[in-house]
Amino acid sequence: MLHKDFIRVLYIDLTKEEYRFEERRDLFKYLGGTGVAAKLLEENIKPELDPLDPAQPIVFANGPLSFVMPVCTKVVATFYSPHTREYGESHAGGRLAMAMRFNNIDAIVITGRAKHPEYLVIDDKVLFKDARAMWGLSVEDTGKILRQHTSGSGIRSSMRIGRSGENLVSYAGVNVDTYRHFGRLGLGAVFGSKLLKGIVIIGDEPVKIPKENMKKYREVYDSIYDTVTKTDVMEKYHAVGTSINVLPLNEMNALPSLNLQTTRYEYAENISGERFAKEVLVRKVACSGCQIGCIHIGQFRREFDDGYEYETVNVSYDHELVFALGSFVGLKNPEEVLQLIDVVEREGLDAISTGVALGWATEAYKRGIITIDDTLMPFEFGVLPNYMAAVHYIATGKNEFYKALGRGVDYASKKYGGQDFACHLGGNEMPGYHTGYGSVVGFSVGSRHSHLDNAGYSIDQARTREEDIVKKIFEEELERNILTSLVICLFARKVYNRDTIIKALDAVGITLTNAELTEIAKEILRTKYRIKEKLGYSLDQIKVPKRFFKTITLNGKLDEEKANNMIKEYKAMIDELMK
Amino acid sequence: MPKVLRVVDRRRCIGCLSCRQACARLRGDYSPSNAALDVKTAGGMSGEFIITICMACEDPACMEACKFGALTKRSGGGVVFRKDKCTKCGACARACSVSAIRMDKEGYPIICTHCGYCTRYCPHRCIATKEV
Ligand code: SF4
Ligand code: SF4
Ligand code: SF4
Repeated sequence: MLHKDFIRVLYIDLTKEEYRFEERRDLFKYLGGTGVAAKLLEENIKPELDPLDPAQPIVFANGPLSFVMPVCTKVVATFYSPHTREYGESHAGGRLAMAMRFNNIDAIVITGRAKHPEYLVIDDKVLFKDARAMWGLSVEDTGKILRQHTSGSGIRSSMRIGRSGENLVSYAGVNVDTYRHFGRLGLGAVFGSKLLKGIVIIGDEPVKIPKENMKKYREVYDSIYDTVTKTDVMEKYHAVGTSINVLPLNEMNALPSLNLQTTRYEYAENISGERFAKEVLVRKVACSGCQIGCIHIGQFRREFDDGYEYETVNVSYDHELVFALGSFVGLKNPEEVLQLIDVVEREGLDAISTGVALGWATEAYKRGIITIDDTLMPFEFGVLPNYMAAVHYIATGKNEFYKALGRGVDYASKKYGGQDFACHLGGNEMPGYHTGYGSVVGFSVGSRHSHLDNAGYSIDQARTREEDIVKKIFEEELERNILTSLVICLFARKVYNRDTIIKALDAVGITLTNAELTEIAKEILRTKYRIKEKLGYSLDQIKVPKRFFKTITLNGKLDEEKANNMIKEYKAMIDELMK
Repeated sequence: MPKVLRVVDRRRCIGCLSCRQACARLRGDYSPSNAALDVKTAGGMSGEFIITICMACEDPACMEACKFGALTKRSGGGVVFRKDKCTKCGACARACSVSAIRMDKEGYPIICTHCGYCTRYCPHRCIATKEV
């Protein structure tokens, strides 16, 4: 990794309460992040066992540029997803990448199951700490306790799960440093299945800059720093933030609303990024090593008792949250959206999947597919209190219906009906863009079913010709394997073109050519598909729910057959890659 | 005119740690733990940021505490550190009432030279040097 020719892997066995380090030269060619984490998952996954079996691994990896270059802030987690039951990969920022770097850990593999709820403190040693008293606590309260009981304020990172993870909700996430998340695909449930409540990593070790690299390092750092701070390449992420997208997407007929019954939302103006900024935004914060600070914090007052007893609550928001817990469920102002985000955060759920699940449940309820015996209360788009209660019910598995809803809309709709309007692609709930074939096909075929796999939505917005869409998706999917292996925040993707990447790597002692990087990207994508194959996944199985074709996009109504052909075309490209 | 480092506005701080990283870089290290200034949150990320820097005291308690002559008065405020005289006893760090001195992994105190390098990397101009 950084000035070394190996990846230092920390293996932790929760059952035996043992750990060991390995210096893996053979992993070096996978760079870090996605590459290393996918490879370590391939080595350790048990395809024949359930995703929540104690033997399944959780893998984390940062990258060679983590923290040492601007905006290289993310850590990649890989796991066997209990949500899609295939390859699981999720990314999070915060302080984690830095804490790992300055604890001299490039990757972590966790297996086994604790004898009772525990949390890990990774400092000079790995400590297995009793978390029985924290089991059942919210993400927020757990975070407070972890902070109080560990040292290293400012250079430590704290991950934890809420009740949804404990209760194995298949889209429970892991909270990282309060405002960042391994949100998607159910890492929280994997933590829960291991009785692992949290992990604190303290990064206070020095890492010397080799004298001979100093000059080069400073030059490259400075030039990237200048691009990040003095040009407008990343400005939109800081100013209004990603929720600046709400209005333009709405204008384009691309903002999924009311369970994707429409892409034009009557109240878009009321929940626009601009409106959030004016009414509730109180501050912005950054991941360690990022000069942008895209994390937007909104504030609202909560009355916790009669007699004017108020507390102020801070929650972070961005486009995906405003869509999923706003337009998708018909909420009409920033304060309502923040309130719903807050309960989702406390329970430790993935915000996108939760919003989409509530949207589906509302429509299913209206159509009489499910009844009040299932939901225990009426659902209505735009009515907040019942949604807040429903979030708690999902997190705790209140009854059979909420247990099913806690496994996602694909599962719930197979059980109750309403598959046509269950807005998932590949088993993962849809993100906040319905722009055209790029978004639908891109999300379906994306290796982790994330809109960030290949950014199909921006391919659509560039008005790419239909016959070029699949090729573009494939190219972008490949290229992003480099970014997410280094691990560069994808918001800085325009800063880190190939030239810059090569220079940045060279400054930390890693010499790679363009062609070599391309080959690495291919090998990483192959690794993911080898895992997918082992788990019985095939691109042939993708079935896009009808709703995606009924509701208009930026590029008009989509044709089912065309979309299916595009998926086939993508599959042919993957088959070619795997040869 | 000598200059000293000052916090201009800590409320603008986004906690990016670029300043700590810059100071550490100057000391030949990537790790923010190796910086002469500190940025922490009060009560986790939801709390406010606290930026701790050397206050450039005119009558420095750290200097008073050092019995080995490793810290001498700096013109403009603060102290100048002489590594060859330091015994790594840590008395300076304990004496600083704002906890601006931390010890590095080798056991030496990390003393701010008020060079101002870190201020060039703060994207929100929370810190600056002032002539005194
Ligand atoms: S640690 Fe060094 S500088 Fe500080 S008081 Fe002791 S001898 Fe003096
Ligand atoms: S002024 Fe110089 S020595 Fe002091 S904190 Fe800033 S970079 Fe470090
Ligand atoms: S560089 Fe500025 S914004 Fe960033 S942590 Fe330091 S003082 Fe705060």
